[in-house]
Amino acid sequence: MTRKTWPLTGGIHPPENKHQSTQLPIKIAALPDKVVLPLSQHIGAPAEPIVAVGDYVLTGQCIARANGFVSAPVHASVSGTVTNIGPMAVPHASGMFEPCIEIQSDGLDQWVALKTNEDYASLSTEALLETIQQAGITGLGGAGFPTAVKLAARAESAIKTLIINGTECEPYITADDMLMRERADQIISGIQILQHLVKPTECLLGVEDNKPEAIVALKKAAKNTTIEIVVFPTKYPSGGEKQLIQILTGKEVPSGSLPADIGILCQNVGTAAAIHDAVILGKPLISRITTVTGEALQQPGNFEVRLGTPVDFLLEQASLHSEHLGRLVMGGPMMGFTLQSLAVPIIKTTNCLIAATQTELPPASPAQSCIRCGHCAEACPVSLLPQQLFWFAQGKEYAQLQHHNLFDCIECGACAYVCPSHIPLVQYYRGAKGIIRQQELMQQKAAQSKQRFEARQDRLAKETAAKEAKRKANAEKAARLKAAAAEKAASDQQPKQEIQAALERAKAKKAPNKSKPQLTAEQKELKIQLAMVSAQLKKLQRNIEQSESTPDVKQQEDLDRLQQQQQSLETALAAATPNDSNQAAPPVEKATTSNSKENASSGPDLKVLQIKLAQAKAALKKAERAYAAAAENNAADQDALQATIAGKQVALAEAEQALAKAKTSTEAPSPSKEAASKKPKKPPLDEKTKTLKIQVAMAKAQLRKLNKLAEHADTAPPKEEIEASEKALSEAESALAEHQQQPSSSLADA
Amino acid sequence: MTLIRQTSPHTRKASSTQAIMLNVLIALIPGLLVSVYFFGWGVLINLVWASLVAVGCEALIIKLRKRPIRFFLQDYTAVVTAALLALAIPPSAPWWLTLIGTSFAIIIGKHLYGGMGQNLFNPAMLGYVLLLVSFPLEMSAWLPALGVREGQGVLDLIASIQLFAGNMPVSSLDAMTMATPLDIFRENTSLTIEELWATNPVFSDWAGKGWQWVSLAYMLGGCWLLYKRVFTWHAPAGMLLMLGVMATLFYGGEGSDSHGSPLFHWLSGATMLGAFFIITDPVTSATSNKGRFIFGAGIGALTYIIRTWGGYPDGVAFAVLLMNMAAPTIDYYTQPRTYGHKKPNRGLAKPD
Repeated sequence: MTRKTWPLTGGIHPPENKHQSTQLPIKIAALPDKVVLPLSQHIGAPAEPIVAVGDYVLTGQCIARANGFVSAPVHASVSGTVTNIGPMAVPHASGMFEPCIEIQSDGLDQWVALKTNEDYASLSTEALLETIQQAGITGLGGAGFPTAVKLAARAESAIKTLIINGTECEPYITADDMLMRERADQIISGIQILQHLVKPTECLLGVEDNKPEAIVALKKAAKNTTIEIVVFPTKYPSGGEKQLIQILTGKEVPSGSLPADIGILCQNVGTAAAIHDAVILGKPLISRITTVTGEALQQPGNFEVRLGTPVDFLLEQASLHSEHLGRLVMGGPMMGFTLQSLAVPIIKTTNCLIAATQTELPPASPAQSCIRCGHCAEACPVSLLPQQLFWFAQGKEYAQLQHHNLFDCIECGACAYVCPSHIPLVQYYRGAKGIIRQQELMQQKAAQSKQRFEARQDRLAKETAAKEAKRKANAEKAARLKAAAAEKAASDQQPKQEIQAALERAKAKKAPNKSKPQLTAEQKELKIQLAMVSAQLKKLQRNIEQSESTPDVKQQEDLDRLQQQQQSLETALAAATPNDSNQAAPPVEKATTSNSKENASSGPDLKVLQIKLAQAKAALKKAERAYAAAAENNAADQDALQATIAGKQVALAEAEQALAKAKTSTEAPSPSKEAASKKPKKPPLDEKTKTLKIQVAMAKAQLRKLNKLAEHADTAPPKEEIEASEKALSEAESALAEHQQQPSSSLADA
Repeated sequence: MTLIRQTSPHTRKASSTQAIMLNVLIALIPGLLVSVYFFGWGVLINLVWASLVAVGCEALIIKLRKRPIRFFLQDYTAVVTAALLALAIPPSAPWWLTLIGTSFAIIIGKHLYGGMGQNLFNPAMLGYVLLLVSFPLEMSAWLPALGVREGQGVLDLIASIQLFAGNMPVSSLDAMTMATPLDIFRENTSLTIEELWATNPVFSDWAGKGWQWVSLAYMLGGCWLLYKRVFTWHAPAGMLLMLGVMATLFYGGEGSDSHGSPLFHWLSGATMLGAFFIITDPVTSATSNKGRFIFGAGIGALTYIIRTWGGYPDGVAFAVLLMNMAAPTIDYYTQPRTYGHKKPNRGLAKPD
């Protein structure tokens, strides 16, 4: 009785080229001098190294543990010393580097103690899964998904059908074929462990009808078991997981779902054998069977090769004619990828190496235009319209690509194989898929950013609202208090006074906020004079600033004179305005803070002094600016300006001193506070010091001028003059120092 | 040693576009031979001349477009277009008629759309329709098939060349040519089928004398292409089936108002040439199998409508052009059901 099978949708019949590598039995490959074991030989997170450079490791010793749920450990495939842990070339289409562990073999191949287990049935499911996980077993068919994860991650529905994949539909590859021929017992034993684990109602082992020897061996080994060997017609890509499920059960795995969702579990025959080794013999996955074939080899065949063996080392054992090597493919000719380097290692998923000559796998001929012949659609095993996908991929119409189910493409390459225009269709789909994935990632990111931004805006709005509410509450409270106070005051006063108060209030309202008091005639006169002088001063200053040249001596004199006039007028004005601050302060200000009260009570002197100080500061700044401009222009009258600045500095110091004095007198009750608020100040200057300082500055300026002139030989002044100037400066300085000594020391005493 | 860096698949089927086109040309041979037998040298002269014009135009445009000329001429698509057009126009066509039709087909119909694989309309049918609407007189005058005029063989080579050169006076041309059987049948309003067949020597057996054999020869070539899997059966089946259904529905009996039996329609005019060689042009037809069937059925229906109630001697060319326009839409609504999906997608994705 033969079991019913369902035909594969589409599919192709490429030349098989399998006989080259099935002539000889599986050979045990020689031990390499060194192995390079990538930490990521599987789908999922890379393993985490648990050895360090210099460590001695035994064959089968775990050297990197699984990192996370979907991950698999890595074991030393030879005994020897760890010589390097870091990025090394790995077998990948892009030729990239990834973290690997390199072990220098000692050639002894000393194994760790293996924990054999004849009676697996006595083990619990968890213990079995743990054993499989710890052995580092991943899908050996090609994808490399961690087997324990696949066995553990079952949907709620139990597995009804266990499918073992012995299809090996890709041309050239015979690793599974040879394994089935030679080690059918191991496979069957491994399958029985799987049956014990998942307890399916049926177990099917699917094999294509182009492997008669394997079928005979399997049938013999599977006698007296519940495993059913199902043979079906050869067609590429029957070995795809979803395709095999379709062939054996007639069911389709829904798009976006796993086989487990329809109660099916698929495992490769190689994986089954590895499970046998791990559970029964206690051996971790440190070797695999790899087909080494292609016309550039003299002795193609299948090798049981230690993982991490360099590709060139393995190819040598099949007698590579490197001069004939045109293309080196890892995997099959339909879905494998080309290697650019022979130095990369064999990894868990390396089922085949094709060392092809130029004539065997010639470079692709240039692509012609698509004529929409539809041969691709006939070949497609998942009933896509490759010609339409190509059309949309060229036009970058990603929405249409997804609408045309691009992501159901299994990249089997059947469409590109049959394309009469030699268009690399699969490459277009891979590219489009990559871009779509990237776009989705970016959209996700953008959505997250938007969410974050909106949350922030929300928060800020809430904060502002809270602040506003608080402010409002405070204002209301203040208004209430004020109203209460006013009421109280009103109840105490006579109605006449009330009227008076109202009048005052009205008056205050009419006047500008900082209303000026009534001015006397004298004050008016002074003010007018002050304004005139200020205007004159300003005009002069503007003239000086505008003219390219700096002020000459006459201008400077005018400036000084005017400024002096201005100051004296201001002083006079201040003197003629007694108790103005008391009057000037509006009623509201009076009632507010104690600070302003203090200010108010500090008296007229302080205020005048403060004004003076500010003026002095402004004058100094102006002079400094003028000097800077002059210095830039390298003008001759720098010294005059310098003297002006000195004068201004002196005036400023004086003003500061006067202010301090006044403050001390007004704030006598709280000297500590005054002291704290006082800035570090220049020592108070008397008339003498002032004169001396000016002299020093003048002397300095003179000297500088002379020095500058000395730089130009033609205008060089007599040496004696400079010396005299220097002398004058030093004299002036010493005089100043001498004079300053006395008051500062006296101050210190005080 | 530099290793080839290429993406999978690394092996390819030994098929090519030129092989497909060559197969199409080979499949035209039976029809061509039978045509030459019944209609004389003119058919062959047309074919050779049209091919020369087509290749010349193709080369010119490719040069203008700064593409490698050899690479693009190798695909034989221009020759296929020329052959189809040459076989569709009357064997009595003068040189300029073929020149206009062919150059229009290649330059406007094909290359202005972007060249091979980009054209919306079937280039041969565009050229044919241009000639039909511009030169109705020349296009509707056919040489009588062998045996229509008693004791008269097909035109000899000299006369054919004279016709081709355009040296024939209009009067003698009129005397030499006649309407096609399909045209005569359409014009007939008074005679019953039986009377028509008895009185008019252009008819015999199922359809026009000679024409029916030419049609069957095209069918033979088409079946060979089907066997070679150059195209699928869907479009031809759709067209022939629909034409048969229409002819059956509107048959109208054997009386004078008959619109002709299905067999008559199948074996008349350009039905077979169209069904197996023109609507199977993959570039301008629908792309899925279901879509191709619908595409063919549409052409079958339109052909019948234009033939029967329209003003032109045949309707295949117009029907093909009309359905060419509908092909993209048909594609969007006939996507196959992908593995793992409950039902096929329809239409286009909504724009973002």
